[in-house]
Amino acid sequence: MIIKYLIEKEFKQFRRNPFLSKFVFIFPFIMLAILPLAANFEVRDLNLSVIDNNHTPYSQRLVQKIAASEYFHITDISYSYRSSLKSIEQDKSDLILEIPPRFEQELVSGQDAKVMISANAVNAMKGGLGSAYLAGIVAEYNAEIRAELMPAGGKSLQSGMDITKIFRFNPLLKYKYFMVPAIMVMLLSMICGFLPAFNIVMEKENGTIEQMNVTPVGKFSLILSKLIPYWVVGFLVLNICFGVAWLFYGMWPKGSLLTIYLFASIFVLAFSGLGLIISNYSKTLQQAMFMVFFIIITFIFMSGLYTPVDNMPQWAQYISDISPLKYFIRVMRLVYLKGSAAADLREPFMALCGFAIILNTWAVISYKKSQK
Amino acid sequence: MSKPDTMTERKMTPGENWRFFMAFVRKEFHHIFRDKMTMLILLVMPILMLVLFGYALNTEVKNSRFAVYDPSHDDVTREIVEKLQINNYFILHKMLKSPAEVDEVFKSGEVAMVVVFSENFYENLLHGGHAQIQLIADGSDPNTASTITTYASTIIGNYQQELLKVGKIPYQITPELKLLYNPSMVAAYNFVPGVMGMIILLICAMMTSISIAREKENGTMEILLVSPMKPLYVILSKAVPYFFLSIVNLLTILAMAVFVMGVPIAGSFFWLILISLLYIFVSLALGLLISSIVSTQMAAMMISAMGLMMPVMLLSGMLFPTENMPVFLQIVSDVIPAKWYILAVKKIMIKGLGAEAIIKELIVLGVMAVALITVSLRKFKIRLE
Amino acid sequence: MNPIETIPADKVIVVRDLTKKFGDFTAVDHIRFEVGKGEIFGFLGANGAGKTTAMRMLCGLSKPTSGHAWVAGFDIYKESESIKKCIGYMSQKFSLYEDLKVWENIKLYAGIYGVPAKEIAPMTDDLLHRLGFEKEKNALVKSLPLGWKQKLAFSVAIFHQPKIVFLDEPTGGVDPATRRQFWELIYQAADQGITVFVTTHYMDEAEYCNRVTIMVDGRIDALDTPKNLKEHFEAKNMDEVFQQLARNAKRIEK
Repeated sequence: MIIKYLIEKEFKQFRRNPFLSKFVFIFPFIMLAILPLAANFEVRDLNLSVIDNNHTPYSQRLVQKIAASEYFHITDISYSYRSSLKSIEQDKSDLILEIPPRFEQELVSGQDAKVMISANAVNAMKGGLGSAYLAGIVAEYNAEIRAELMPAGGKSLQSGMDITKIFRFNPLLKYKYFMVPAIMVMLLSMICGFLPAFNIVMEKENGTIEQMNVTPVGKFSLILSKLIPYWVVGFLVLNICFGVAWLFYGMWPKGSLLTIYLFASIFVLAFSGLGLIISNYSKTLQQAMFMVFFIIITFIFMSGLYTPVDNMPQWAQYISDISPLKYFIRVMRLVYLKGSAAADLREPFMALCGFAIILNTWAVISYKKSQK
Repeated sequence: MSKPDTMTERKMTPGENWRFFMAFVRKEFHHIFRDKMTMLILLVMPILMLVLFGYALNTEVKNSRFAVYDPSHDDVTREIVEKLQINNYFILHKMLKSPAEVDEVFKSGEVAMVVVFSENFYENLLHGGHAQIQLIADGSDPNTASTITTYASTIIGNYQQELLKVGKIPYQITPELKLLYNPSMVAAYNFVPGVMGMIILLICAMMTSISIAREKENGTMEILLVSPMKPLYVILSKAVPYFFLSIVNLLTILAMAVFVMGVPIAGSFFWLILISLLYIFVSLALGLLISSIVSTQMAAMMISAMGLMMPVMLLSGMLFPTENMPVFLQIVSDVIPAKWYILAVKKIMIKGLGAEAIIKELIVLGVMAVALITVSLRKFKIRLE
Repeated sequence: MNPIETIPADKVIVVRDLTKKFGDFTAVDHIRFEVGKGEIFGFLGANGAGKTTAMRMLCGLSKPTSGHAWVAGFDIYKESESIKKCIGYMSQKFSLYEDLKVWENIKLYAGIYGVPAKEIAPMTDDLLHRLGFEKEKNALVKSLPLGWKQKLAFSVAIFHQPKIVFLDEPTGGVDPATRRQFWELIYQAADQGITVFVTTHYMDEAEYCNRVTIMVDGRIDALDTPKNLKEHFEAKNMDEVFQQLARNAKRIEK
């Protein structure tokens, strides 16, 4: 079996490459440790600048209520809109709450009392959610005041519908539960897809691939020999990831490990195909690197790694449909967090199998031992 | 490696120096333009990133699929479901027939939320005054979960007001909302500065370092160094084309942002370009530094990718707000030049502030530029002699 | 050309009107020759004359634009994989893996070419002994001096006793003494019946060959033994022969 010799060679070279062999184990570790901490879209700990032009117990109670909330810190008490605006310009505050001079009078007399909420919307989501939260606290305050000011018969105005919010699978809404499974997928794709691609292109650039092209080694054997070591490493890394996730975040897959292994195998098969395609079309390392970067930007970002696929506009969703990552990330999240079984995952399974077949066929066809 | 004596004796006139320099620069340009694939990607990349980050990567929640379990089947529950569907936040995916299906529908990932009504909803409301609605959201996507439950409860709350047919509610506090700088809540506003930071870093740091590393690897670096031109200028000649490339890209991004995506340049164009130039110098210096410590292309690429691009993407505030990060990460973020650049661009471009507002950023970037250029030039001097 | 032209049985390489064009540029222009078993056949010419291109076609690394050739009796168009089993190859870039040890390189290629596993280790030791490299058995190839790498690469290329070994500028960058030693190995191989097809731009190496061709601008402008060529061109050495031919050359540097 010729391929035995080739695989041996690949493993030896891998081990002897001082950079690669360390990178492959350290990088996942760092990613898993840092990325979930950094990737936080939670809107929380907002800095609020308050202008209280009313100075009455009513206005002060409102301010205190806001201060007591865990969403807001009152970082600035100012006397003019202009100075509050300055604190937003300097990013010292995220929102401004302005209570007008006649707040209490208007409220108590039964008219509408107004407050002004200004939010820094450069980060649209932060601005939007932040102002919604603040408005929500104002509404709660409003309900409390109304209950006090109105006679007991005002009961009919009280909300009759009790709304309870329940968050399944992640009751405390921790971001890491969202990120960690997706990060594992990203790591696997890099190790099993991109690294073999770089390996092959490097051999092209320094000419050693030609020596192989002139031997009786067949296309299949050559390609397989390049992929198998990375599959093995990828599998190892995946298991290390499980360990790290448990150690750092207390996360362990709720569903079956076997399901994960099954899907991981198909995904790796598909993604190495993609890596091969990249290497077939690149003559230099720089070209390969750019293609990889391009793919990372389009497919990895658009596969729901950081932002959910459902939020994307329709055209973007079509693009994500041709990304194997989207399906595997979904599967990982489903199995890890919800314990979904293979039976629930028929659709992604078919999709991933399809990718594996198409990508690998393309890779084999486009690999040429002799040039035109 | 030292030059032969004859070479060091001969000093070149400034005119000769300049011509040599330009020849090297031209050669470098040829290298770049010949590689069509890279050129294509280089020019397409910023546009792609802008489109992606601006339009596709959306943290706004829309079209969330939900399911309903309604044992009541009365007018009110039906109205509520109607109201939820009408806007484009929600799409009704399925009506469930039993509580057991709730679990199933989450496990298969079909819906983001299930609305569960208590039995005899309307009756309870009329007679007892209380009826229960459970909004069960899939917490595996926390952002979506918290957003859609907030939306849903707001919609239901509004419906309640209607239902109770209250004309004028006394003792009402009405908040007036103003969204500063970005009233239409365009996600691009947040991302365009980040894309600018990334692309400049990509070209100036990554490509420059790889290009120099390639010459080292091929051994052609030694050939260049034997030329009569000072070694330092050889290195600089490699950086010049990427300088221009990054300016072209910068202008492309700005043009696209302003004319296609509607992101304004609210402040001074002059200061925007100035700080961009400063940042370009910092990035070029970083590229030179990297190339002075590596000997292979692969290493240059890995270090620029993992040591620069990755941290920049994650920690510079481009994708994720730095305020939410734990303190030690925020400190790391302060060391990243891109973070200061992005901050300054946001202030000038989107907030429309003047030069006074970015004094801190200018100083930080200035210091970084000087420090990096000094260190990398010194490292090169050592290596070359 | 006559499709049913019979291929001479004792010739290991037969080339008929082989041509390679890259767009408008003709790199190899209707060349025609035959090489016999055990011959040391030199392919001379300036850089850019087309030698390497021609050799790559014979090895199956590049497809010709037109013309025919048979290597070890196999058609280079249809049976290139069979050709590869019977040949060895050593290129300018030496093509040994720098980050593998000496014995690991030998084992790899031996295995690829089908040397039975049991025989690899003893054959390796034998080879290293003959070359005087025993101490370097466990050294990484990148630590060897250039001349040693060349000898090793050649030995690896013929380890599996191929019918023909193709050498593409094998002696670049070393001193004449080292080159001589290298050619000793070539003689030994030829004595064992291995045909050696070698390209070079060193004219003195031409003297070591049984027959040489000189390529100019993609054409074969001379094909004979070195002795005959010197007589014909009234030259003292092969260099002068080449000068006379090259005076008419249009292409110089590639």
